[in-house]
Amino acid sequence: MIYTKDISKSYNGVQVLKIDELEIPKGQSFGLVGNNGAGKTTYFSLLLDLINPSTGTITNNSVVVSKSEDWKPFTSAFIDETFLIGYLTPEEYFYFIGDLRGQNKADVDRLTAKFEDFFNGEIIGKKKYLRDLSKGNQKKAGIVAALIGNPEVIILDEPFANLDPTTQIRLKQILKDLAEKQGVTVLVSSHDLMHVTDVCERIVVLEKGEVVKDLETNPTTLKELEAHFAKSAVSVSEEEE
Amino acid sequence: MIKHFLSLEWKQYFRSSYWQKNIALNILLVFFALYLMAIFIVGGIGLYYGLKEVYPNQDPFIIVSKYMFYWFLVDLLLRFFMQKLPVMSVKPLLTLPVKRSTIVNFVLGKSAFSFFNILPLFLAVPFAICLSINGYDTTAILLWVFTVIVITFISNFLNFIIEAYSAELTVPLLPLLITAGGLYGLDYFGIISFTEIVGNGVIAITQNPIFILVPITILIVLYTLNYKLLKQKLYLDASLQSKVKEVNASDLSWTKRFGDIAPFMQLDLKLIWRNKRTKSMAFLMVIGLLYGLFFYPQPIYRDMTFMFAFIGIFSTGFFLINFGQFIPAWDSGYYKMLMSQNIKYEQYLRSKWILMTMSVVVMFVLGIPYVYFGYKILIAHAAAAVYNIGVNTHVIMWGGSFNRKKIDLDKKAAFNYQGTGAVQWLIGIPLMLVPMAIFGLLDWLIGFEVAVAVLVLAGGLGILLHKPLMKGITQKYLDSKYKMIAAFGKDS
Repeated sequence: MIYTKDISKSYNGVQVLKIDELEIPKGQSFGLVGNNGAGKTTYFSLLLDLINPSTGTITNNSVVVSKSEDWKPFTSAFIDETFLIGYLTPEEYFYFIGDLRGQNKADVDRLTAKFEDFFNGEIIGKKKYLRDLSKGNQKKAGIVAALIGNPEVIILDEPFANLDPTTQIRLKQILKDLAEKQGVTVLVSSHDLMHVTDVCERIVVLEKGEVVKDLETNPTTLKELEAHFAKSAVSVSEEEE
Repeated sequence: MIKHFLSLEWKQYFRSSYWQKNIALNILLVFFALYLMAIFIVGGIGLYYGLKEVYPNQDPFIIVSKYMFYWFLVDLLLRFFMQKLPVMSVKPLLTLPVKRSTIVNFVLGKSAFSFFNILPLFLAVPFAICLSINGYDTTAILLWVFTVIVITFISNFLNFIIEAYSAELTVPLLPLLITAGGLYGLDYFGIISFTEIVGNGVIAITQNPIFILVPITILIVLYTLNYKLLKQKLYLDASLQSKVKEVNASDLSWTKRFGDIAPFMQLDLKLIWRNKRTKSMAFLMVIGLLYGLFFYPQPIYRDMTFMFAFIGIFSTGFFLINFGQFIPAWDSGYYKMLMSQNIKYEQYLRSKWILMTMSVVVMFVLGIPYVYFGYKILIAHAAAAVYNIGVNTHVIMWGGSFNRKKIDLDKKAAFNYQGTGAVQWLIGIPLMLVPMAIFGLLDWLIGFEVAVAVLVLAGGLGILLHKPLMKGITQKYLDSKYKMIAAFGKDS
């Protein structure tokens, strides 16, 4: 589904991302892990053609994303709150996104009705603008908006941050269902190792812009990841001494 | 503590990307300020000799003091629209060991150094010097200048109180109208003659310094009121937390007739109606509409035919210019999202084009009463409207592709330079001066009919070429996509 080849991005000569080859098959739930500045958001931005790669290409369903816009109809994303339009209510925002993705009001209503639990009664029908919602509720609205229009690829940057525990658990279930039952390719990044190992079949660890680990999730993955990040914490403290 | 605050202010100002990128604009503003100061100095000197010339039998000092009340009212009105209570990002300070009273006193104290408080001195001091040269008592004059300063501060702090109350109302002008209108009304109908009270008061002070205590007391009372108002607001749940407003949803289903661009039109209309900056821009349209009334009632302008085109372009294109110059920066807050959505850029732009075109038509229709000043004016306005639709809409959207500045939709519009760059100033030339020059030149060389015909022709040509023009403009936007996304992501 998504094929990354020789991609790199540098700012003023400083390389922030360099991936030689990465293939994400259709229907995989894919997790991206790494410390701050590892290049997670940069990779997602390249995937959405929001920044221009220095070298290389990303192909999404055999469309080169920086060349053609034909990947947009089947790809959706929620990167951060700047994806929301602050002066709309959540419903209006959903309808707007629906309009852009060829869904009428009834389609959108049907979809959002499925997420009543997830919204916990705080999103729909509240007569509030998105800009006045709390960070967590904004995130919920953004994530659900990314599910409108049956996308085949969903990209979520740090979806678990700012959410309450109940919602985190619900979100995990939603993401799992998407990949397993509907064959959607789900790309998620997170700092929370437990959540990603719960959700994703495959986890890639980025460090200083490069892929350092590529794991199939199994019962020992969490331990392995924890060991990996603990090691870098130890090595840093040794350097400081 | 004050020292820390000052250094924070300094850094905030000079480290903002806004300042660093806008040196040209800042220089321009400085020149404007210098220009105002110069005018005021000349005005101050001219005031004395002018009054002497016109009313040789009266004392200029008495006349000026008498009309001080009107000065005060005008000052208050101007301040309301232009001066804002200085802001300081207090949130990070609240949990630090800083007394709330220190913060409040600092913010209020800072407001005392506003340009609005300094400017009157440039009028008062030259006037006072003229007085003292012409043999007035120096102590009296010094007292007079001091009184002017106190009065200036009174309107400074009175304005903040008015603003504090108006911020919470749906009709924000109400408190101002009540205060200013009330004062003026009481005076005008002779119920309480403030003109006399203020005039006599000022003269009394110069004769007997003890009376200066009266305005000083008023000032202290106002300051204390401000202090109390501000201190209440220094809690996270008060004003620092932005107020949650109920949604005003209106039925926009009529936009459906525009087909595939309907979602964008609805979005644009909501954008205009639900954000402070765009909303105040929409209210400014009234000024644009009435702009002609500054000129047409005077016979001199009615003979200057080239002015018709200028006023026509300006008044029918007021929304076009104000809205158009910030395309696509209006959507800068969520531009990333738009760019990752399945949208046709051309639809996005066409929605804005239709909105601007509709505004030109509406403004023209509303401006039809100008026919009262002569049918030629109406014809010239119609030609200007066609030119606006055919040429200016495209020019301004083309200029928009050079926009690289984010806009914060929650700030007021008047004197808000956020998002303004060199492009916005340069684009004014083809928008206003070119049609005015064409019209004026042809009118002068050949005749009114030809001048009108050429404007209409240019506009008509633009309308005919709308499709290919839009294609070119769309390409221009697509070419600068990455640069725009990167620029809109930065806070100014």
